[in-house]
Parts: sequence; structure tokens; C-alpha cells
Amino acid sequence: MAAITSTKNEMQPPPSERSTPIGWLLKNLFNSWYNILLTIVAGLIIFAVLRGTINWALTDARWAVIPNNIRNFLVGQYPSAIAGQTDYVWRLGLGLYLLAAVIGLTFGSRIRRPEPIGAVLVAIPIVLALLPILYFYTVRPENLTAGDIWTTAFQIFALDIIGIAGLIVGRIGGDRFKRTVTILWILYFPVIVLLIRGVGDNHLIREAPLAAIQTRFWGGLLLSLLLAVVGIMGSFPIGVMLALGRQSKLPVLRYLSVIYIEFIRGVPLISLLFMGQVMLNLFLPDQIELDRVIRAMVPITMFSAAYLAENVRGGLQSIPNGQYEAAWALGLNGFQTMARIILPQALRTVIPVMVGQFIGLFKDTSLVAIVGLLDLLGIARGVIANPNYIGTQREVFLFISLFYFVFSYALSYTSRRIEANLGVGQR
Amino acid sequence: MTTSSSKQQAIPFWRDERTINVISQIVAFGIVAGVIFALYQNMTSELEAQNIPLSLDFLKLSSGFDIAQSFIEYSRTSTYIQAYYVAILNTLVIAFWGIIMATLLGIVVGVARLSTNWLVNKIAMVYIEIFRNIPLLVFLIFWYQGLFLKFPAVREAITFGPIIFSNRGVSVPWGTPTAVYPTFRLILAIGFIAAAVVYFVLYRQGKRTGRMPLLTVWSLLTFLAIAVVGWIVLPQAPLDIDNPILPEAGFNIIGGNTLSSEFMALLSGLVLYTAAFIGEVVRAGIQSVSKGQTEASRALGLNGFQTLRLIIFPQAMRVIIPPLTSQFLNLTKNSSLATAIGYPDVVQVYGTIINQSGRAVEMTAIMMSTYLSFSLLTSAFMNWYNKRIRLVER
Repeated sequence: MAAITSTKNEMQPPPSERSTPIGWLLKNLFNSWYNILLTIVAGLIIFAVLRGTINWALTDARWAVIPNNIRNFLVGQYPSAIAGQTDYVWRLGLGLYLLAAVIGLTFGSRIRRPEPIGAVLVAIPIVLALLPILYFYTVRPENLTAGDIWTTAFQIFALDIIGIAGLIVGRIGGDRFKRTVTILWILYFPVIVLLIRGVGDNHLIREAPLAAIQTRFWGGLLLSLLLAVVGIMGSFPIGVMLALGRQSKLPVLRYLSVIYIEFIRGVPLISLLFMGQVMLNLFLPDQIELDRVIRAMVPITMFSAAYLAENVRGGLQSIPNGQYEAAWALGLNGFQTMARIILPQALRTVIPVMVGQFIGLFKDTSLVAIVGLLDLLGIARGVIANPNYIGTQREVFLFISLFYFVFSYALSYTSRRIEANLGVGQR
Repeated sequence: MTTSSSKQQAIPFWRDERTINVISQIVAFGIVAGVIFALYQNMTSELEAQNIPLSLDFLKLSSGFDIAQSFIEYSRTSTYIQAYYVAILNTLVIAFWGIIMATLLGIVVGVARLSTNWLVNKIAMVYIEIFRNIPLLVFLIFWYQGLFLKFPAVREAITFGPIIFSNRGVSVPWGTPTAVYPTFRLILAIGFIAAAVVYFVLYRQGKRTGRMPLLTVWSLLTFLAIAVVGWIVLPQAPLDIDNPILPEAGFNIIGGNTLSSEFMALLSGLVLYTAAFIGEVVRAGIQSVSKGQTEASRALGLNGFQTLRLIIFPQAMRVIIPPLTSQFLNLTKNSSLATAIGYPDVVQVYGTIINQSGRAVEMTAIMMSTYLSFSLLTSAFMNWYNKRIRLVER
């Protein structure tokens, strides 16, 4: 006993880790001769690349091409007040507000503790709202007034207000809203597509607030996102069916699914897009003529379905056999077993993979530029071809690369955080 | 009693699972076949209305267009099918060099990602994140239009050692065969056979003694030795090294071989992009080998290099090979984006042939089956290789 006390008294505190900057450098950059060499080489490479880039960005680059075409980049030819048409861009704004509200509700009702990702989400509209203000007071363009800019900034900032309002409502509602939130998320995407598309006569014939906007007016980021959203939504039921088919004990169903999946995965997306453009209208009866955007949506959906089927199959394989046996023991039939027991669990495990697939699909939609659609990349190619902006390839492509990068990175980061927080994908 | 109960329990045939299975399969097959047939009917009737019935005869017609890069004899009087062969060859060249270079760069990136050097580690991380979050097509067009087409004209071309960068492309030294070149090729063939023999003999000896020598190193050394000796022994160098030089006057680079901007942009773009993904594959593979393996092999007395070669590498390979295969396939499929920057690959030539001949349906079918056979061949080969290293392992 005494011995123990004495050792306790003699016990030294653990040596404190030296966290001085010099110590950190020595440990992480200069701990051996080859690491010193590597550090120097890497430092030189970074220096050369950064110096060249910054030099160019501050002196030679002609950045005016970006703000002058920002509307094109965002919504393409979607009718707007800026272009002197009846304004329909408010419908897109409404869609964003709805999104903010749903995100707010989700956070309010599902997430208990404060979460850094929430701060990031709140910061996004603030940063976006600051951009036009910054632009206005540094460049001072003549065709804009301070009032316009502040209105725009406020409209962007309103996303935060709505989001936080949603958060408070969700907090008050608490657990009762959990189911509502899920349903709202499922409803959100069809609603937004309908909102963008509109109903009834098209706006060139009759200017109703919800008049249909033909797909040829869709463009820029709007079109890229829409293609990805429609692709993932449309491919979901097909993909689940294909995955079930591939798992099926019935040989005909299994072979049909396998042939479809392997065929689609064996050819590049661009070949499917060409097929859609040149052959789809031939396949359909004479009276049906699809426009270019739909002819791109069909192959994108077909493509996405094959990959989604493989992801869902992974989810299905992760369900232990006992679940099937238990369901049968309870007297459920095959369909009930799938719909009530297996699929809910399998789909839950593949949600993170599906977010990844959505990001991949968003990037892949850039391929529609090759078949002549004006998505973000298509618009960029159009801007470069404009005689006023000759030689601005680097500026324009850096800008849209940044756009894609920020978007994909933010999406994957957010989903990783939310996944960790909500335990999505864990059973 | 028993008979009556068994009579009651007999299931009517329409609820018998076996019947349902058969009927549902027939129905499913019927629906799919019906839809395909209806689509096909629509297509043929429409094509007949346009007076271009399905046929492959047009492939024998003269193409009437030029192709910028061709590894076989081709001119505008050649047939469509020859044009298509040229295109397939161009795609295969890109895929071949792309796979080799992307693998090498990918291994560097993957190892850098695991480096204890903070700076190197972070550079690899930023590199990987950039390429994972930017669409390949955007990068390729940027790379081509923003870099390769912006190189200065031939007069002010950038020289980097013997290599010349200009807006015409990248000029590199190239060997022109001399009179003894055929003999040298024969020597190379002998060297190859000798290397194979050395490999086999050493393998047998390794099996017998239980101490496997460095097979690949020894056979490569054999090959190189014979090649070098051959080069020296022959009365005249088999290849004249021809360095590209900037012209005093005129606009063309003299000598060397000028690789087109499209080719270089596509190859380097694909390599940079795919290497980021291969880097992640390699990192995951190395990390999948548990630390205990390293420690155990050190305890057995193996040194660092032996540990890597005999313990870590074979185990990591098992994890690396399947995703690596899919990256190789992706690279081959992604090379179809060449059409956006004007490199005459399969898709580009396919588009030109459609414009010239109007045979969209036939050409689409041919193009798709081309890519499908690439994919199936690659995955068949990789499955075979995968099985082989598994057998060796266990």
C-alpha cells in the first residue's frame, strides 16, 4: 500500500509535447536529410506555380469577362429583367428560399447540439451577398446603381433569415417534424423542377407568372444542376429495380439486369449522349418529338441508373440473411419483405454513396456541352467565342472550374458531416 | 383425415411459387422484347421514310476527309472503315501511354499522400482534391485552350533542354532508322527471348531452392545488356537521334518529331486526372496492410526494402488491383472526351463519318460496340491477372 502511494508521489507529469513553431518545423519538415531535400523541392515548386499564377491573375488577366456574363453563367437564357424581358428568375429564387427553409427545418428538428457545419451553411449566403457589394465598390460599373446592388445582396442574405426561421420552427416542433422533414425532402425536387419548368402555355405566348419556360431557355449552372437532379431522381426507381433484378433468383430477370448494367458501364457517357441526340427521336413514334434537353436527360438517367444499381446492390448485400428469414417467419410475402424490411435498411446504407454519385453526375453533366447544350461549360465555350472576349480562356475556365470545385467540395463536405451527425447510413 | 387435410392444403396452381416464377419471367422477357421490338420497328420505318435503310455497305465508300494523326496509311480517298481503324488506333495509343504514365504518377501521388513530410503530404492532398472535384472535360478544355494553345509561336518557342514547346505542339528528339535498324530489331527480339529464358530458369531455381531471386530485375538486366551490346557492336548506330531545332527563317521546326497540341494536351490531361484517382487507390492499398505485418517482418529479420517487396507490396496489390482496373477502364472511356479538343479518336471520327455519310444508327452501334469490347477485354485480362496473384498469394 505504502509502496503504491510512494510511486504515486514520485510520478512525474508526462513530458509536455513541444509545440513551438520551430519544433513543429523540425518534426514535420526537416527530420531527415531526404525530407529536407523534399521540403526544399516542394517549396520551390509551390513558389514557382503560385508566383506565375498570382502574377498573371493580378496583371494580365482580364477579369471583366466574368461579371459581364454572370447571368449567363448562372441561368443561361432563362428570361430575366436584366435582359429586358419579363422576369422569371424569381421562380429560381423561390426555389432557393424553399431549399433554405427545408435545410433550416432539418437542422432544427434533427440536430441537437451546435454543429460547425451549421455555421458554414449560414456563412455561404453572407459571403455570396458580399460578392456583389465588393464588386460594385471596387469596379464601380456605370450601368448599376448602389440601390440595385444592395437589393441583390439583401435578397441573397434573406436565405439566411429564412433558414434560421426554419431552424426555430423545427426546434419548437422537435421530434414531431422528423417525418415531415423527410417527406419535404422527397417532395422538394419534383416541386423545384415543376417550378422551373412552369405549367400551361409557354411564356412567349402568354406571360403568366407560372408560364412554361421551354427547355431551350435553360442554361448555365441551372441546367447543369437540373440535369443532375433529374438524372438522380429518374434513375432512382430504375436503379433499385435493376439492383433487385440482379439479386433475383429468376435467371431471366437477373440476366436482363446484368446485361443492361454491364452494357451501360462499358460505354462512355458521351456515346450514350450521342445516341440520345441522333437516335432517340428515331426510336419513338413519329408524333413524339423530344427537344435537345430531354434527349440529354434520358441518356443521363439511363447512365446513372446502372451505376446506382451497383451501389444499391452493395447495400442489399450488406443485409444479413437473418433479416429475410425473420421476415418470412413473420409471414410476410416476397414483396412485403423487400418493401418493408430489406429496402428500407439497404437504402439507408447507400445514402452516402448516392450523395457521392450525385456529385459525380453533376460533374458528368458537363459532357452535354459536347452535344451542343448550354450548360455551365457550354456557356463558357460560348463566352470565349464571343469576339469581345477573345483570348479569355484562362479566366473563364478558371472561373467555372472554381464553380464546380466549390460546389462539389461543399456538397461532399456537408454530406460527410451530416452523415456523421445523423448517423445516416448506419443501421 | 390425412387425405382430406392434404387436399385442403394443395395450393391452386396460380399461387404456386414455381408457376409464378415462370410466368413472371415470361412476362418480364415479353415486355423487354416487346419494347425493343417496338423501338426497332419505329426506327426502321422512320429510316425507310427517309430512304436510308440500315446497311453497312457505306463503310466501303471513300471517306473524303483527312485525319490529322494517323499511325497507318490513310488519305481522304481511303474508305470509312479505314478511317475508323485509324481512329481506334489513335484511341488505343492514348489509352496505352495514358495507363502507363498515370500508373507511375499515381504511385508517386499515393506515396506522397502517405509521406511524413507535411508539405509533400499537403501538396498531394490538394492535388487529389482538385482533380476529384473538377469535371475532366472542363479541365481538358482548359488545359488545351488555356495552356497548349497559348504557347508562343514557333519563332519565340520555349525550349526546355532538347524539347521545344510551341503552339504547333511539342517537338521532341526522335530516332530515324538507319541501314542496320532491321538487324538491331532482330537483336532486340533475341534479347527479349533471352530475358524470358532467364526469367523462367531463375523461377525454376527459386522454386527448387526456396529462395526466389529478383526475377524482374534480372530479366530486365539481360534484355538491356543485350540491347546495349548490340547498339555498340553494330557498325553504325541503328537510330540517328534527330534533335528538333528552331528555324532561322520560316515557320516550321526542323527535325525531331512534333507531337500535336491535341495529343499532348489529351495525354497529359488524362494522366494528371487519372493519377489523382490512382493515388487514392494506392494510398488505400498501402494503408490496408496492417502495421503488425511490418513489425512481424522486421522481427523475422527482413530489412526495409525486403519488407516492402515481400510483405507489404503483395498484400497491398490484392486491394489495389480491382479498383485500379476500373481506373484503367475509366481512362480508356474518358479518352472519348478527346472529341472536345479535336484529337481524332473514335468519337471524333464517328462524328465526322456521321456528318459525311448520314449513317447515324449504324455508326452509333459500331462506336458503342468498340468501347464495349475495350471494356470487356480489359476487365477479362484484369480478372485473369487478379486471379493469378491471388493464387500466388495463398
